Amino acid sequence: MHSVVCIKQVLDQDIPPRAFRVDRAARRPDVAGAPLVMSIFDGNALETALKLREATGGGAVTALTIGPKGAEEILRKALAVTADNAVLIAEGDLDALGAAERAGLIAAAVRRTEPKVDLVLCGRQAGDWESGQVGSMVAEALEWPCVTFVSQITDAGSGRLRLRREVEDGYEVIEAATPVVVTVTNDESNVLRLAKVRDVMMAHRKPITTWSAADLDGARGAAGAAVTDLFIPEKSSKCEFVDGKTAAEKATNLVRRLREMKVL
Amino acid sequence: MKLLAVVASKAGLELLAMGGASVSFTADVAAECAARGASPAYLWQDPLFEKSPSEAGLRAIEAAVRQSGADLVLLGADSRGREWAPRLAARLGAGICTECTGLKVEGDIVRCERPVYGGKATAVLELTAPVKVVGVRAGVLAAPDASTAGLPAALDGVDTSGSERWPVRVEHVAEQSEGPSLQDAKVIVSGGRGLGGAENFAVLKQLADVLSAAVGASRAAVDEGWVPASWQIGQTGKVVRPDLYIAVGISGASQHMAGVAAAKNIAAINTDKDAPIFEQARLGLVGDYREVLPPLIAACKELLGR
Repeated sequence: MHSVVCIKQVLDQDIPPRAFRVDRAARRPDVAGAPLVMSIFDGNALETALKLREATGGGAVTALTIGPKGAEEILRKALAVTADNAVLIAEGDLDALGAAERAGLIAAAVRRTEPKVDLVLCGRQAGDWESGQVGSMVAEALEWPCVTFVSQITDAGSGRLRLRREVEDGYEVIEAATPVVVTVTNDESNVLRLAKVRDVMMAHRKPITTWSAADLDGARGAAGAAVTDLFIPEKSSKCEFVDGKTAAEKATNLVRRLREMKVL
Repeated sequence: MKLLAVVASKAGLELLAMGGASVSFTADVAAECAARGASPAYLWQDPLFEKSPSEAGLRAIEAAVRQSGADLVLLGADSRGREWAPRLAARLGAGICTECTGLKVEGDIVRCERPVYGGKATAVLELTAPVKVVGVRAGVLAAPDASTAGLPAALDGVDTSGSERWPVRVEHVAEQSEGPSLQDAKVIVSGGRGLGGAENFAVLKQLADVLSAAVGASRAAVDEGWVPASWQIGQTGKVVRPDLYIAVGISGASQHMAGVAAAKNIAAINTDKDAPIFEQARLGLVGDYREVLPPLIAACKELLGR
C-alpha cells in the first residue's frame, strides 16, 4: 500500500483573536512573525496513514505539499514522524491558486509518483481558509472515488479498505476498493505522534523531491470565484461576570442571573 | 437565477428560502419540499442511495441540475453536503463557496460571506462562473412555511454507471446518548480540556440531566479521548444553536466558537479570567468547575423543582 498524504503549511491556528489582523486591501492576514505550522487535520491524515502502514506491516507513506521553499519545514516534520518520502510542488504564492488548480497539481503529482499510489489522504479542511474543497477535488481530478470525514482506516484485504466515517449522529463504516481519496477528520486515535530525536536528525538527511507546477501540467482554468474582501468581524458582546465570595455563592448568582434573563 | 436546493434531510429545508427546485432522496423530505414551494421537488429513491449515498447522491444531483437548468446550487454544510459540494463544482466547472454564512444574488453574481481562520476573519467571495455552488451553514437561511399542495416529481435519467466500484456503506452506527440531541437541545452543557479527564464529564452529565440539556465537548476533549468525536462542537464538529450554551473549562478557541456562534446566550465557567471564551460569553464565572458545579447543580434543582 502506497499512501500519499497531502499536507499544507498554514499560519498557526492558535493565534488568539485579539492578536489577529488583516491587510484588508491585500485581502491577506497581517501577522508578521507568527509561526507557520502543519495544518492540524493534515497531521491527523498523516497519523492515519502511518497507523495503516504499521498495521499492514509494509508499504510506504509519501508526504506531499504545495508551497514555497519554506514549506519544506512541514515535509521535514513528516519525515521525522517516519514518512518514507517527501515531495514539494514548488509554488511561491499558494494563495494565487484556487482549490481546483491545487487539486489538479496534486492529482498530476500523484499520477507521477512511484510506486503506483493506492491511497491519497488529505485533512478534511485546511487551518487557514477552511474550505474543505481540495481533497474532494483531487478525487475528481484523478477520477477516483472519495470518502470524506474519515477518522480510522483498516485493511480489509484484497485491495479493500474499511473506513470509519464520522457523521452527525455517530459514524458510518464504509468499504472502498483502492485507489481511493480520503479526507480525514480528528478523533482520539489519530492525533499526530511526536517525533523521536533520532528520527528528527535522520529526517534532515532525507532527500525532498521537488517539482514545479510547470513540470506537472495539472493546473486547470480559473474557478470563477474571487475574494473581494477580508475583514475582522465586529464582536459586540460584553461579558458580565457574576460575583460571590465563594464558589457556591457565584454558582447561586449565576443561576439567578440566568433566571432573570429568562434562559432558565 | 435558477436555483436548486439539495435537501438531503429535514434540516436542509432552510435551503428552500430563496425558492427554486429541490432534490431529495426520501419521500417524506421530498413531500416537505413540495409543500414548501419547491418546484419541481425532485425525488430520487434508489437502493443505490442507501448503499453508496455519496456517489449515488452526487449522480442524482448532477441529473437534477441538468433537468432543472439550475445555475445556482445550494447544499447544506453537513457531512453530506460538504462532501458533494466540491465534487459537484468540479464536475460542473462551477464557482464555489463553502461554509457560507450569508449570500446575496446580485444580477449574474452571487456574493457570499464566510468565516475564515477559525472565525477570526470574514471573507467575501464573488462567484462569477456561469454555474455556482454554495455550501450554506445551518441557521443562515430560514425554511419557508408549508403553503402549497405541490407534489414531488420523480427524478429520472440518473447515470449510475460504474456503481460496482463505488465505496459501500456497510454500517451506520448512531451514537446518540439518551436525552436531547445536540442539534435539537435548547440547553447544552459542554466541557473542554479544563475538565482534566473523562470521569469529570459525569458531573457535567448530572448538570445536563437537571436542565434537560445535551452534553457537548470541545475538540481538545475529543483529542484526549475523553468523549466520542460525535460530541465535538465547533467548526469541525457540530454547529449548534441552543438558547443557552454553558461552557465549562473551555478556553474558547475560535475554531470552537464558530460552532456556537448561533447560540442565543453563552455562560462560561473557567479558572482563567483572560480566557477568550469570556470575550463572547454573556455571563462569566471565574472559578474552578469542581467547586462550582455541585452548588450549581443544587441551585438549578431547587429553581426547577427537580
